[in-house]
Amino acid sequence: MAIIHIDDREFTANPKDNLLQACLSNGFDLPYFCWHPALGSVGACRQCAVRQFANPEDTTGRIVMACMTPATDGTRISIADPEAVSFRASVIEWLMTNHPHDCPVCEEGGECHLQDMTVMTGHAYRRYRFSKRTHRNQYLGPFVKHEMNRCIACYRCVRFYRDYAGGADLDVYAARNNVYFGRAEDGVLENEFSGNLVEVCPTGVFTDKTLSAAYNRKWDMRSAPSVCVHCGVGCNTSVNERGGQVRRILNRYNGAVNGYFLCDRGRFGYGFANRPDRVRTPVLRDPGGSMRTATRTEALDALTKTLGTGGKIIGIGSPRASLEANFALRRLVGADGFHAGVSAREARCLATAIEILQAGAVPTPTLREMEAADVVLVLGEDVADTAPRVALALRQAARGRSMEIADRLKIAHWQDAAVRDAAQGARSPLFVASVAATRLDDIAARTCRAAPCDIARLGFAIRHRIDANAPSVEDLPEAMQALAGEIADALLAAKRPLIVSGCGLGDEAVLRAAAGIAQALNGADRLPGIVLAVPECNSMGLALMQGGSVEDAIDTVTEGATVIVLENDLYRRAERKRVDALFDAAANVIVLDHVSTATVARADIVLPSANFAECDGTLVSGEGRAQRSFQAVFPKDDVQASWMWLRDIAGTSEWHRLDDVVRSLASAMTQFVAIGEATPPGDFRIAGSRIRSEPHRYSGRTAVDADRTVHEPRASVPEESPFSSTMEGYYGQMPASLIPFFWAPAWNSIQSLNKFQDEVGGALRGGDPGVRLFEPNGAAAPRPDATAPGQFVRGPGQWFVVPRRPIFGGEELSALAPAVAERIAAPSLALNPADARSLDVENGGMIDIDFKSGSYRLAVTVAPELPSGVAMLSVGLPGMDWCALPGWGTPRRAEPAP
Amino acid sequence: METPLTNNIRPDREPLDIEGYEQAGGYRAVRKVLGGMAPADVIEAITQSKLRGRGGAGFPTGIKWSLVPKDLAASGPHYLVVNADEMEPGTFKDRLLLEGDPHQMIEAVIVAAYAIQAETAYIFLRGEYFLAERRLRRAVGEADARGYLGTNILGSGYDLAVHVHASGGRYICGEETALLTALEGRRAVPRAKPPFPQTSGLWGKPTVVNNVETLCNVPHIINNGADWFMGLGRGEDGGTKIYGASGRVRRPGSWELPMSTPLCEIIEEHAGGMRDGYELRGVLPGGLSTSFIMADDIEVKMDFASVEKVGSRLGTGAVIVLDQRTCPIGMLRNLEHFFAQESCGWCTPCRDGLPWVERLLAGIEAGEGEMDDLDILEQHVKFLGPGRTFCAHAPGAMAPLASGLKYFRAEFEQHIHEKRCPWNEAH
Repeated sequence: MAIIHIDDREFTANPKDNLLQACLSNGFDLPYFCWHPALGSVGACRQCAVRQFANPEDTTGRIVMACMTPATDGTRISIADPEAVSFRASVIEWLMTNHPHDCPVCEEGGECHLQDMTVMTGHAYRRYRFSKRTHRNQYLGPFVKHEMNRCIACYRCVRFYRDYAGGADLDVYAARNNVYFGRAEDGVLENEFSGNLVEVCPTGVFTDKTLSAAYNRKWDMRSAPSVCVHCGVGCNTSVNERGGQVRRILNRYNGAVNGYFLCDRGRFGYGFANRPDRVRTPVLRDPGGSMRTATRTEALDALTKTLGTGGKIIGIGSPRASLEANFALRRLVGADGFHAGVSAREARCLATAIEILQAGAVPTPTLREMEAADVVLVLGEDVADTAPRVALALRQAARGRSMEIADRLKIAHWQDAAVRDAAQGARSPLFVASVAATRLDDIAARTCRAAPCDIARLGFAIRHRIDANAPSVEDLPEAMQALAGEIADALLAAKRPLIVSGCGLGDEAVLRAAAGIAQALNGADRLPGIVLAVPECNSMGLALMQGGSVEDAIDTVTEGATVIVLENDLYRRAERKRVDALFDAAANVIVLDHVSTATVARADIVLPSANFAECDGTLVSGEGRAQRSFQAVFPKDDVQASWMWLRDIAGTSEWHRLDDVVRSLASAMTQFVAIGEATPPGDFRIAGSRIRSEPHRYSGRTAVDADRTVHEPRASVPEESPFSSTMEGYYGQMPASLIPFFWAPAWNSIQSLNKFQDEVGGALRGGDPGVRLFEPNGAAAPRPDATAPGQFVRGPGQWFVVPRRPIFGGEELSALAPAVAERIAAPSLALNPADARSLDVENGGMIDIDFKSGSYRLAVTVAPELPSGVAMLSVGLPGMDWCALPGWGTPRRAEPAP
Repeated sequence: METPLTNNIRPDREPLDIEGYEQAGGYRAVRKVLGGMAPADVIEAITQSKLRGRGGAGFPTGIKWSLVPKDLAASGPHYLVVNADEMEPGTFKDRLLLEGDPHQMIEAVIVAAYAIQAETAYIFLRGEYFLAERRLRRAVGEADARGYLGTNILGSGYDLAVHVHASGGRYICGEETALLTALEGRRAVPRAKPPFPQTSGLWGKPTVVNNVETLCNVPHIINNGADWFMGLGRGEDGGTKIYGASGRVRRPGSWELPMSTPLCEIIEEHAGGMRDGYELRGVLPGGLSTSFIMADDIEVKMDFASVEKVGSRLGTGAVIVLDQRTCPIGMLRNLEHFFAQESCGWCTPCRDGLPWVERLLAGIEAGEGEMDDLDILEQHVKFLGPGRTFCAHAPGAMAPLASGLKYFRAEFEQHIHEKRCPWNEAH
């Protein structure tokens, strides 16, 4: 720790930080624009000027930029120095010469960092009397709006988009006070982290287009801490509500998980919650077969009647429903009757993943820890599609080599431009073994394309090269041998090697190969990590709960049974005809859900479930982190949390509130014993107050109903919630898991987050949210007998078809969001060029492909890197039937209809 | 009077080819250093000569070279970059040297590159210097064919490749770090120092950037020694300097003269004095980004220390003369227009401050100024100073304005009070 002197008072600082970080960490309000805790310093905006003195005797000093000056021991600065104060006001005055005075109609207004900094510096009176420069705005796609006139040229957007996220289609053009930040031409921003521009931009150049569609000020929205439901990474979000609708998702900083950034699927996927066709009321099927809406009482009566018949009850849970909902179902139908709502293959993969993570010896890192990995092997998982935020973390890990070069040249890590100039893009080794091209290839030291079994074989060969006692792989081609040796050498030379794999290919051998490598690396002074991507937001939690697959459920259903389906569309889990058979056989089908699905359409009784924004619940991420999300939307109709419906069905009265369910679960299943620690209980109060869920109001919101009443309509917040439903309540420091939105006095924008961290960029005060449910206990090293599968042999006239779950469209809920829907590519079958030629189809041509389960007609995408004999089918897209993948298919050129 | 830098330049400006250059004693310095001088000896010889950078900043060249790490194995390759991006208005000394004697440039590059153990050198040339580019490329080809470039030069085991790079344009490329960034194919935005180019320069490797004129002195110092070089000057700084003069003088031009030649001598003797009907009011002594020297100080010796004593900088030594028939506000407006246009757009004070300055000056010149404008201008002078902006571009732009506000205060106020430009009718 360094001692620094700020305005003649002593403070501690991290000597690896710069003075801006040090000042902010010590609670000072020092304005800034171009610096960002995740992006470092470049010294462009000149906003954080302070006066630095050489020693205690120096009274003259000199003006320096805090962000460009190290916080070395003994540093003496003055923030209050009159010239520094006046210079900082001048910087705002310069920025304002071109910034439009359109705050009242600007969507950033009220949470604008530029507004905050303007007020902070005291610049209020306009002296510039000339015209302002103007720009043309661009269409940037369904997610982000562009209003270039507001730009203050802080360069953060391009630094995030290009340098941090690896994007290529946003850049800075022109020069002087005409610099332009945009695309070369109008068009959709291609990078899947584009939504972060909304938060990275300190003013209203890049704003959230989905919020714009039904715009509200920040202070007019209720917020709640939430957890993203669109993949298994468990990014923390803040849900903003108004008028009973979700209006937007913001990043909610979690220093261990998502940090400052979300992917676009997570940010813009919420639109499913606002769909007009969502399930809002109970629906009953009349004896004639037609559906009608019903009241809550009618629905419960019908349920009592149905379940009173005493037939067999089968429950099918869901990896997109909360732990509490799944547990409530499990308790209702019993452990034997409970089925995890995933396919048998996925269940096997998840079980394998859990075995590796829980009973192995190598821990799974947090995202922050992933960023510190010095060599990365991605084995058979396209994380850019299945766990996008992990891909972004790996991109940062690859910069490790650049940081080593910087260290050698004594360049501080926060000196962002200097590090990049010195390192010239030097990257730590990252290897990608995948079936097709991935969006990490651009930073990969080497890529390898192979069929899933050959990827597993490569993995086993690497393991053998690391640990000679592990079985070798027979008949491995020479090139693969050499590659295995190269990767093994790199991993052995690493201090923190990281193996990344997952359930995406549905291939257990790939998972076992990844585990084998991690295991072999364990020991000595090496700290390996293993990351296994799981498909959905609660895949891990559901897998920990155990239960048969959807196929098991289909097999066990008997004539006359009652089937209860929890927040799950079975047509996405199994073959259509088999699911049909299940529903045909069942005497009663009860479906709880919030979105309208094909399964809902088959129900006899539909119960309207609360979605993620409408209830509290716990999800377990792939990392094994249990995290609580809270209710932001208070529906007026009969919508309620699934666990409440299931409680009402069971007729038990012991569960009044979520905490009761959590306690039951923790005591019923030891794997969940810690989940209560994810967050304080519902009766948590600070000085007798609940935590407010809205910022101070600066608008005339209460005028909305002013013809009848001047009072704001109150939401009926459950007694046992740590939150009020309004702006009344506690405003100060709160537990990290209970921060509904970031706001601090004088900091209305999301940059107020600085005030919630002990050290800027570090953990939230009191520790980052979430509780890990398991750490590896080493009980069962990966099976020593686990050996490599045989090599890939293509079938005659057949192609081995592997699934791809595209970031946009590959996940059920986000695909229902209108903004995401615009980004979904049409389903297609990827073939390598020679294979396409052999079938006499060209790129874009149509093909029929037959699987055991059925046939598809699809457009062909020619993918040069696909291995011969392997095809790739984008799955999970709306309107596409489920297909047993990976599996063999027989394609042929589609003959046009006569 | 010795004029080593321009000795080979013929009146018709046709450059010597390699044979002519060799006959005139060319490439002797290359033979000398490659024939037995250690790189450290070359650096020592230049340090001894007290040669200072001729690009404007006057940094001692030998010291600059000595800051390059000696351990090549650890630091990776070194680079020499010639800053031939001569864009300072009024300045054309490097053009004279490049067009008139390209082989002198190449010889200098070889000696300097050898001294810092660089095996690759770039000549970053102003884009519009088409003739210089053609002549340099021809000279590089000739030197290459004659074995002065390439591998194992003159059997010494030393290798050097020289690349001529014609700039895409923009004044900021003359800033050495922006130059390096542009040379790497990226936006010409300056870099923060530290790290200095000697540690992390081109492609992140140790790099020395020297001005054309600076380097052209090097072969002569090697051939004739430090004492000879010191003796060339008329003051503290050794060597010669190519001075220039523009404005309403009789014979605008560029001349190689002993360092520390008095300003009045340059104007009166070499530029032929003021044209009839014109009186000298003041000068910008070294390009646009230097402060005014008024007629009272006209006898100042043109060297680094002397010019600083009268409140300005030697800069490039290209004297721009202001006469009594030119509106000083108009002159300032014109030059601030240049600086505002050429801002790279990176830092706020420069990007947004300079256009405001330009508009204020234009307003005052047009008779639309207010007295408060002068306070705003003074504030810019202060806040666009060194350390406040990212690089030296804006502080350079403020030098003439700061002195202008001091020396032409009466004219400023006259414009504002009379709401017109008093020079308008005079034309």
